[in-house]
Parts: sequence; C-alpha cells; structure tokens
Amino acid sequence: MKLITALLGASALCAMTSAAMAASHEGERGRDGEVRIIYWQAPSILNPYLSGGTKELEAASLFIEPLARYDTDGNLVPWLAQDIPTVANGGVSEDLMTITWKLQEGLLWSDGTPVTSEDVKFSWEYCTAEGGGCAQSEKYLDVASVDTPDDLTVIVNFSVPKPFPYGPFVGAQAPIIQKAQFAECLGPKAPECSEENFGPIGTGPFVVTEFRPNDVFTAVANENYRDPNKPAFASVTFKGGGDATAAGRAVHETGEFDYAWNLQLAPDVLSKMAEAGLAENVVAFGTSVERILLNQTNIDPSLGDQRGVIGNPHPFLTDKAVRQAMSMAIDRALLTEIGYGDFGKLTCNVLPAPAIFASTANDSCLVQDIEGAKAVLEAAGWTDTNGNGFRDKDGIELSVLYQTSTNAVRQDYQALIKQWWEEIGIETELRNIDASVFFGSDPGSDDTFQKFFADVEMFTNNFDGTDPEAYMAGWTCDQAPQPSNQWQGNNMPRFCSEEYDALRAEMAVTGDINERARLAKAMNDILMQEYIILPLTHRGRNSAHAKTLGGVALNVWDSELWNIADWYRIGG
Amino acid sequence: MLTYTIRRLVLSVPTLMFISIVIFLLLDLAPGDPLAGMPLTIPNEVREQMREALGVGQPFYIAFPKWLYQFFVVEPLYLMDGIFGTSWAGEQQRVLSWQTRSPVMDIVLQRLPQTLWVVGTAYVVAILLALPIGIYSAYRQYSWFDNAGTFVTMVGFSVPPFFSGVLVIVIFSVQLGWFPSIYDTTHQVTDWASFKKQLQQMVMPVMVLALQITSQLSRFMRASMLDNLNQDYVRTARAKGLGEKTVVLVHVLRNSLIPVVTVIALGIPSIFGGAIITEQVFKVNGIGQLLITAIQANDLPMVQTLTFIFAILIVLFNLIADILYGILDPRIRYD
Repeated sequence: MKLITALLGASALCAMTSAAMAASHEGERGRDGEVRIIYWQAPSILNPYLSGGTKELEAASLFIEPLARYDTDGNLVPWLAQDIPTVANGGVSEDLMTITWKLQEGLLWSDGTPVTSEDVKFSWEYCTAEGGGCAQSEKYLDVASVDTPDDLTVIVNFSVPKPFPYGPFVGAQAPIIQKAQFAECLGPKAPECSEENFGPIGTGPFVVTEFRPNDVFTAVANENYRDPNKPAFASVTFKGGGDATAAGRAVHETGEFDYAWNLQLAPDVLSKMAEAGLAENVVAFGTSVERILLNQTNIDPSLGDQRGVIGNPHPFLTDKAVRQAMSMAIDRALLTEIGYGDFGKLTCNVLPAPAIFASTANDSCLVQDIEGAKAVLEAAGWTDTNGNGFRDKDGIELSVLYQTSTNAVRQDYQALIKQWWEEIGIETELRNIDASVFFGSDPGSDDTFQKFFADVEMFTNNFDGTDPEAYMAGWTCDQAPQPSNQWQGNNMPRFCSEEYDALRAEMAVTGDINERARLAKAMNDILMQEYIILPLTHRGRNSAHAKTLGGVALNVWDSELWNIADWYRIGG
Repeated sequence: MLTYTIRRLVLSVPTLMFISIVIFLLLDLAPGDPLAGMPLTIPNEVREQMREALGVGQPFYIAFPKWLYQFFVVEPLYLMDGIFGTSWAGEQQRVLSWQTRSPVMDIVLQRLPQTLWVVGTAYVVAILLALPIGIYSAYRQYSWFDNAGTFVTMVGFSVPPFFSGVLVIVIFSVQLGWFPSIYDTTHQVTDWASFKKQLQQMVMPVMVLALQITSQLSRFMRASMLDNLNQDYVRTARAKGLGEKTVVLVHVLRNSLIPVVTVIALGIPSIFGGAIITEQVFKVNGIGQLLITAIQANDLPMVQTLTFIFAILIVLFNLIADILYGILDPRIRYD
C-alpha cells in the first residue's frame, strides 16, 4: 500500500505538503495537488449537447456550467446568474411567457475573455440549430427567442406560458458554451469539431489538458475561475472504463482513486469493500423508481399488425382486480433488501420525490398480502376451474409474459415476483432481453420496452431536475406507443384516462407550486390506484469517496461533480 | 516465390472485399441502437434527431460505398497529409465514430501504443518462455519437468483472464499493494523512475496474457520437437558422434522451429487486436477495450473499421507465415 501511495508521485507529495493548510479547508487555489476520479463508464466526448449520456454530462460539468443548478435537496441555486428569477422578484413575467436572467459581473472564460449574454444566447442557438442532433433540445422546448439587451441580461421568450421556466440554461444538461469557440460548429458541422468537443472552454473550476475519448482525461485548475481560492485541487485525473467492481476496488481497497461514481454493486459486496477502511459509500435519492408496467392492450401474436394497438384490450389485465392482486402479492421490502440494501427505499409512488410531490395515499402497498390478493381474485370470479394450478375465467387463463433487461438484480426480482404471482394463481413466464436491444428504439424489433409485446415489463426510469410535469405527461392517452407513431411515446402500458389527461392539461397552465404539487400527486394516485404501474423500489445513486477527500456532497438532481470546486484534501 | 507472393496479394483484394461486405451486412442485420445507453429522460423526438445527425439507418447501398471511399481514399490521404504536410484530403469527411463524433483512425492511433506495449511485451515474454520450456519438455519427455509443464500449460489454457486477472489484482494490488490495479495510459516514460512505474503497471496484465500465450506456444514447440527427435537424421547425427547439445539445439531445434515460427507469425495480428478481456480487467484501454465499448455502444463505424483492420492484418500475416514457411523449409516450393 505504501508503495502505491509513493507511486502516485507528485500528487501524493503535493497532498502531504499541503495537508496542514487543507485542514482549515481554506487556502490558495491548487493547494491540494491532484484528485483522482474513476467512472467505470468512460466519457466519449465533453460536450453534453452532443451526447445525452450521464457520463459525458458529468465529465463536462467540470468545465462548462449553467446559469443555475440544483443543490443536493433539489433546490435551484444561482450559478453563473446573480439570482433565480421568479414571478415574485419580477424575473418571470406575470403571463409566464418570459424569464429574465442576470449574469454575475466579471465572469471570465478560462481563456480570459469575458462571459456575455451573447454566449448564453449562442448556447440556445447551438442546441436548436437544424441538423445538429442536439441531445438536450428538450430543455429549449418552446423557446421562441432569446434577447440580449446588454452584456449581462438574457431574456428568454417562450411561445407558450411556461409555469416552470427553468429548462433553458439550467442544470448540467444545458450549460453555457463559448460563442467564440463553437461559432463554426453549428448544426451539421457540430460533429466535425472534435477539438472543441474534446476541450470546451468554460467557466468551471478546471480546464482540460488532455482528453482521450473513452479512456481518460486530465485537467488543471482554471486560472480565471471566479473564486480566487478555488478549486483546492491543482489537477484532476478522470479515468474511465472497466466495471463497477474494479472502480469500487480502486477507491475502497487499493486507494488508487479518490472518487468512484455510481457503484451499482450488490449491497453486501460494497459494505465488504468498505471494511478496508480507505473510503466510504455515499447515497442520495432522486426520482429513480424500479417499476412494473401492466400492458392494457392485447399482444397476442395471432393479431398480426394489430398487436398492442389501442382498441384491442388485454384479455385480463384490463380487469382492475387482477392488477390489484398482482400488486398485493409483491413483498417490496424483501425485494429492496435483496437488490439494493441501503441504496434502495420503499415506495408506493411512481413519483417519489421531491418531497412536495410525494403522495402518501398509496402506502398500503408496503405490506405484502398474499391471502388478500387471492380473495380479490376470487371475488372477481377468477378461479382454477380446470385444475392446472392457475386461475381462469370464461376460458381465459391468467398467464403472463414478464420481460425486463438482462441485469442480475432484475433477474432476482423476476424470480421472486414469479414465485409470488404463481402462489396466487397467475402463471408467469420470464424473459430477459439485452439492455441495448430492450432500451433501443428500433421500430423493427419486437423486443423493445416501448413496443412492449409482453404482458408485464420492468425497468427503472426517472426525470431530470425537480419538475415532474414532463414526466407525468408521459402517461396521457396520446403518449401511447402505437404503429401510427412508429411506437414512440412514454405511455408504454397504453393506459388512457380522461380524468388523467384533464389533470395534465390543468398542470400545463398552473404556475403556483402548491397547486402543481396537488395535481402531480393526483396524477400519481390515479396511476397507483388503477394499478397500471406497480412501483417496486425507490433507487438511490451511490458513489464512494476516499476518507481523505472532503467537501463531497452527492447530488442526484444535477451532476455528481457539481461542487468539485469545493472539494479538498483532508489532512494527513 | 515472387510471383507466388504477387498472386497471393492480388487474391487478397477480393477476399478483403468479401470480408468487408460480410462485416457490414452482419452489423446491419444485428439489432441495436446507438442511443440505447442514453438516459430514458431524453425524449423520442430528440433521439430521432440525434440518429439522423449520426446517419443511423442509412441503407446498405449508400452506407457501404461511402465507408469504402472514406476508408480507402480519405483516410490514406489524411495519413499522407499528416506525414508530408500536404493537404490532399481537404475537407472530405473521414470515418467518424458515433460515440465520440471524432475520426475513428485518430482514436485507433491513440490507443495503439498501450496495446503494443502490453500485448506486445506479453507476446515477447511468452515466446522467450515457451521455446525453452517446449524444448526441454520434449527432450525429457515424461520427466517431472515435462509433467509440471503440462500441468501449468493446462491451467494457463483453461483459466480465463477474467478470473486470473482479478485473482492477481486481489493478490498483488489489494493484499500486497505492489502494483497498481488500474493502468495509467497517460503515463510518459521520461526517466528511470517513470520507466520503473511503467514496468510496475505492466507486470500484471503482461503476466496474465503471457501465461495464456506461453501455454499455447510451448505445447506447439514440444510437439514439434518430439516429431523431430525420433527422425532418422537425429540418429545419424548421434551416430556420427555429435554432442547432445549440437544434436538437440542445432539439428533438431532448427527443424522443429519451422512450424512454430509460422504459428508465431499467425499470432501477431492478435497483438494489434489487443486483448479485450485483459485490457478491460486492468483498464489498459487499448484497441481491445475500444472494440468492446464500441460494440456495447452500437458504434457501427468504429466496429466496422476495427474489425476490418483486423481482417487486413490477419490476411497479411497469413501470407507472411506462408512465405516464411517457404523460406525456412527448402523442401517447400510454391512456384
């Protein structure tokens, strides 16, 4: 172990010599030497507008920053802006059609030139340019124009009232890029700008020195960073590749790295690694929920091109009693314990957070009730008339095909749930599909999660930021994937309710936060009480950091590395 | 020999064309979506736009000739420009990776050094170990050394690197702390200290790879030696009164090396191909890791280009092996 520490060479030496200064967490820029971060998925590019991947987004957040971002509790905090515009402070117009941002004074790009409102406007132009294939264009939806009356003021005009106007220029997904650097890279030219995409000039605490796609990058402290005493680290080495186990080992057991991202490992493996004493696991909960969807359309292959089309109702999953029984039979506490340990929480909502949006109306799902489930099925007339061990009614057998992506935890979940469902008399056939196919959207493949040619499917989803409007809008009637829309849309169960659609329409024009919360909860409750979606586990994001690394505040609402400027080395 | 070489070279052109078509068609038929790994929070319309910008889903008759042109015309021109400072390639589009949006060949060139360092060293180490082991095992057939060698090579053959790699990491990195478990690709050798560090980070991957290659080669060497040791000319040499050393190391060894040399030549493309699993285990991030991540991300231009480069190397070294055989063994004449 000592040898390895010595091998870290300059970094280790610097860290030791400056340990005394770091003890106070304050001091001059670059006092703490090198910080080493490992992401087991390596970033391919440092431009989040050209890749929606989390790894690229977070890697880029060391360099380019938004006007405002979310803190660890999901609250908006001004970042490059002076404050958060609201209706109350006049920053958002009464009709919800414009939002006015003020840039901080004296901001500099890492090349020493001033940051102006033109750069902000350019970031919007870049992402919405025709033919660029910008991954974050959703953030700029409904932006009609961006005005720049002076160097510090940015006025965003929307084409429709925006009750939640914090899409553009907010969060790790929509950072500000430098106009001077990217001016020649608009639209179809975007991919040709490798040099720019691999080394964006930014306002963040670090500057790229070398970027090797899908491998590693190094960066040094930004001399023009707005806080003269930050960052504490003089350089960053950001290594990618391998697997989660190896990343965990490098932080927990060998101490080669200071920070490991997203350690999706079995809970007992992680706690065993932590026993080595070099690092600690941290967890934070966002909006990720592992859920089961129950298909409302008939996917019988004999239907041919009418499979999964609305108008062909599912033979038995349209019976609420069956759906309710399926939910009651599941022991969510056991699943969560086995699959995620401390990194998962129980939930009965598909919208589990932020706290203001979390409903408490469905908490009865927390307790498994096999007998109750059987009684519900009996009462609805589902009995085993032919003695094959599974229930039927009018010649329809309760037999489901249950699909998910290939993943050890998901297969554990499948096996347990199959056992419970068969106990209440529902025959269950399991299927797992490679993630790249399952989550792909090849309209020619029958195995995608969107086409959902199965009775039951399971996966995890979440939403960016803290506003659930777009997420909840995913279950309206018109969002159902159908042949007419090339099987696109988020309403995979192909659920359709006028009441739900009305609530969604109301939310689209409601600005008051409490009223929005009420609507979101009501929509969540419809989905839960109709048992269209069966939430299983509220999944946390877990990472690990060395005990000598201070200032880490795990953030699931924004980039995990959002506050790397505040990180420091704990003495010794 | 020359006409034979030329004939083979000419024949390899249709072979490679056929291989490239097969690669292309296979990838075209395989299911998968380059955006499958992106978060589900990205809406479908946006995904569709991104796919369009990448050029995903172009029909075969457009994508294939385009790739051929880029690979055989544009890329060599860029290479020339890089060497001679000319500008023949101009603004022509190169083969771009879907993941990084940057030219595939740039990344390949960036990855080559670490692959050659690690896999190449492993190959050299393996040859240096395998030849003496094979020779001595054959000479003292069924001795304890031969039996031990057989046992070790069987283990080396049958233990996969995802097991042996992790095992050495747990022993030498976690328990003993001698070597780093994660390879630093940015490390530059400038002086003795940095050279020592480079050696330290290479020890484990080289060890794991060399074990496998040694197992293979030493078996070949042993079998080939055994074939020759029982030949009449060996008895003649001994009858003439030549020393055992001369008999074994000059007469037998030279003849036994002929098939082994071709086996070694045939294995050289695999050095460039990298070692997918070993590179992944030790985070060497060379060509092998590049290929596997490209496959996982459905980065078709990258996969096509890499597999085709491997195809060229394999065809080329097959030819070299055949020619070497002809040179080393005067009984074989191709013309």
